[in-house]
Amino acid sequence: MQTTLDADTTPAPAHIANHPTHWRNRPFAAHFRTRDDDFDASKFGMWLFLTTEVLLFAGIFCAYAVFRMMYPEAWSNGSHHLDWRFGAGNTVVLLVSSWTAASAVRCAQLNKQKWLKINLIITLICAALFLFIKFKFEYSVKLGDGKAPGTFFSYAFAESPYEILWWSLYYMGTGLHALHVVIGGCLLGWVLYRSWKYQAYGPTEYLMVENSALYWHIVDLIWIFLFPLLYLIH
Amino acid sequence: MSSTDHAHHEGESYFDGPPGVLSKVWQWMSTVDHKKIGVMYLVAVLFMFFLGGVSALAVRYELLDPVRTVETMNEAGEMIQYTTGERLAGLTNIMGAKNANEVYNRIFTLHGAIMVFMFIIPSIPASLGNFFLPIMLGAKDVAFPRLNLLSWYIYVIGCLFGVFSILLGGVDTGWTFYTPYSTTTDADHWRVVLMILAAFILGFSSILTGMNFVVTVHKLRAPGMGWFDMPLFIWGVYATAIIQVLATPVVGITLLLLVFERVMHIGIFDPSMGGDPVLYQHFFWFYSHPVVYVMILPGMGIVSELLAVHSRKHIFGYRAIAFSSLGIAAVSFLVWGHHIFTAMGELAAVLFSGLTFLVAIPTAIKVFNWIATLYKGSIAINTPMLYGLIFLFTFSIGGLTGLPLATLATDLHLHDTYYVVAHFHYTMMGGTVMAFMGGLHHWWPKMFGKMYSEKGAMTGTVLVFIGFNLTFFTQFFLGTQGMPRRYANYVDEFQTLHMISTYGSWILLLGFLVHLGTFIVSLIAGDKAPPNPWGGLTLEWETESPPIEHNFHHEPIVTHGPYDFDKVVPPHWDPKDYPLPENPSSH
Repeated sequence: MQTTLDADTTPAPAHIANHPTHWRNRPFAAHFRTRDDDFDASKFGMWLFLTTEVLLFAGIFCAYAVFRMMYPEAWSNGSHHLDWRFGAGNTVVLLVSSWTAASAVRCAQLNKQKWLKINLIITLICAALFLFIKFKFEYSVKLGDGKAPGTFFSYAFAESPYEILWWSLYYMGTGLHALHVVIGGCLLGWVLYRSWKYQAYGPTEYLMVENSALYWHIVDLIWIFLFPLLYLIH
Repeated sequence: MSSTDHAHHEGESYFDGPPGVLSKVWQWMSTVDHKKIGVMYLVAVLFMFFLGGVSALAVRYELLDPVRTVETMNEAGEMIQYTTGERLAGLTNIMGAKNANEVYNRIFTLHGAIMVFMFIIPSIPASLGNFFLPIMLGAKDVAFPRLNLLSWYIYVIGCLFGVFSILLGGVDTGWTFYTPYSTTTDADHWRVVLMILAAFILGFSSILTGMNFVVTVHKLRAPGMGWFDMPLFIWGVYATAIIQVLATPVVGITLLLLVFERVMHIGIFDPSMGGDPVLYQHFFWFYSHPVVYVMILPGMGIVSELLAVHSRKHIFGYRAIAFSSLGIAAVSFLVWGHHIFTAMGELAAVLFSGLTFLVAIPTAIKVFNWIATLYKGSIAINTPMLYGLIFLFTFSIGGLTGLPLATLATDLHLHDTYYVVAHFHYTMMGGTVMAFMGGLHHWWPKMFGKMYSEKGAMTGTVLVFIGFNLTFFTQFFLGTQGMPRRYANYVDEFQTLHMISTYGSWILLLGFLVHLGTFIVSLIAGDKAPPNPWGGLTLEWETESPPIEHNFHHEPIVTHGPYDFDKVVPPHWDPKDYPLPENPSSH
């Protein structure tokens, strides 16, 4: 494929190049016939897993649709309590992070070890920024107002008795998503640690980078659906 | 003696000598060999079957006679009351229950929850599937061996949550955890949450196993093995794995919402807060209906193997059976509404009823093909074949009795009665468990390298067959006469049938104990199994019994179909073991 990026051919320092975890020294799983089979199988497995993630969130979206139909006014009131600017800001943060995650994969393929790490770090910063915005400007403010899920709901100015359901689904959906952000961050952090310490990923061994990035994209994608459903439509 | 030395010498046999030392235990607990993991699953799954079976026996024991409260006069001339027939009353204090009825409710819940989540869902795919799927594909292992081990540990952790909940007294919500009952009962206690979390955790194990199998089938077939050269057991497990991957996440989120509902009252399933308990039922059955095909499809796969191998006939309608597995998997996602006919509108009920009838088509295709396979075959009457035939008989009853339940008018009369109980036990036990037992006997020599006593196994099989039918056929009558399910008590008219059913459960127990004894004797003193005791043509019969560490000495190349009994001489053919059909190579 034509690319503007050129492969980095700088040799790694000897103590890293000879380490068994360095990407050149990594064997593929012995029960596969070729390295490509191993790679394809693992990536296929990841896609299946991503399918299960989509179906997991499908339950939340389904409940959202049902209750939106049953209590449109509560849903309208609820979404008016959310500030779209924070949601939009977080959307931008996640989109940028998805781009850097994809770039990290490309850098691993081209053996650009430095840019691999830089891209991963930017992704992780975005993950932290997302969680910071979420918790600092949204969760903590709303919880302070009493707009909390279930038994903790104590917001005195609710106009509809069913707003409590809105908040329950809001916290379930975004909370579960935030949990996935944390998991994705851990995966990418692991990739960063290993590329930092061993240069573990390169042109023939970038599966873990790619799978982690795929996971990160699904986290992004789910947010792309959560954002308009919760923040934009009233 | 020399053969044992040989195995030791190679250091590759996974079952070489009695374990006992700690290193041996560690070797098993840390293994990534799919065969050892399959055996570990087998042990765990059979243990859960035992626990679920004990609670089933307790349920039947309580139902031996109706509860009667008798008023009589004692010696002092005072009127006193006493109650007979509360046979589980002795457990009231032990389980911390309010009364004998609550004990009964807890026990049938345990029976359902254990049998569904911990036994029957993982039973065939995780034990026999794990062991044989890679071998039958000609692979060295499943695609992700470490994930495979992880899913076993997750399974065990899930089971521990369940067992812990039982030790704390158990739950009485029914295995379906219907709201609002599951969110309000025993509100001050954690055991319901523990049981729900158990099901949630077991879901992860199921998803990981399913993913592993789908990828293995796609990527690790031996050279020469196209999709339609795969044994039908693989097709069954493959269709199962797809359902596991696609359905389980939905129950995951459902149970998660249920836990939050119970702990924080988020209100989604609570009508007093505007929530909808029927939504829970939709969510739950969106998983739990497809999952009944997770239970039966691998069983159907096993039966395809049993009937073909033990009648030495090419399976009739290979592609029809393979595609009907996928067809069942596809339709399974469209029929969940038939569990809640009365909780939805008329149009939806009619649609779901119609879709439910669709399931009968691929299922019947399979049954007809199996029977056609037997036609003019040289049928060997041994334990696996007997179980195959029992499956045809009991599963057909189970399938056909499902049709009146899919019919809206008759379902109004039959739903929530013993008729339903009998129906699903005929499919789940008469289908899956019979196939599982048949598969276990069929592959026992391969898994453990020992033959079992055919006499002992046949005795067990006959006892299981008689016990099973006594236990459950009576329940069809009970149900049509109006005996509701999940009741600890009943009117006197039902007693005869209930007694027959309970006696049947004891015969069933006896049958399984005979099987257990046969297996133990086989492990201790069984004859060494030849590589191919039945003359099978699938790849697992080409390697030793038990298979070596990476299954094959050389990567097998598939040159014939799995059922070409009329064209190919079976590998490791020994005329002492089984006769060949006439002119095997003349075609």
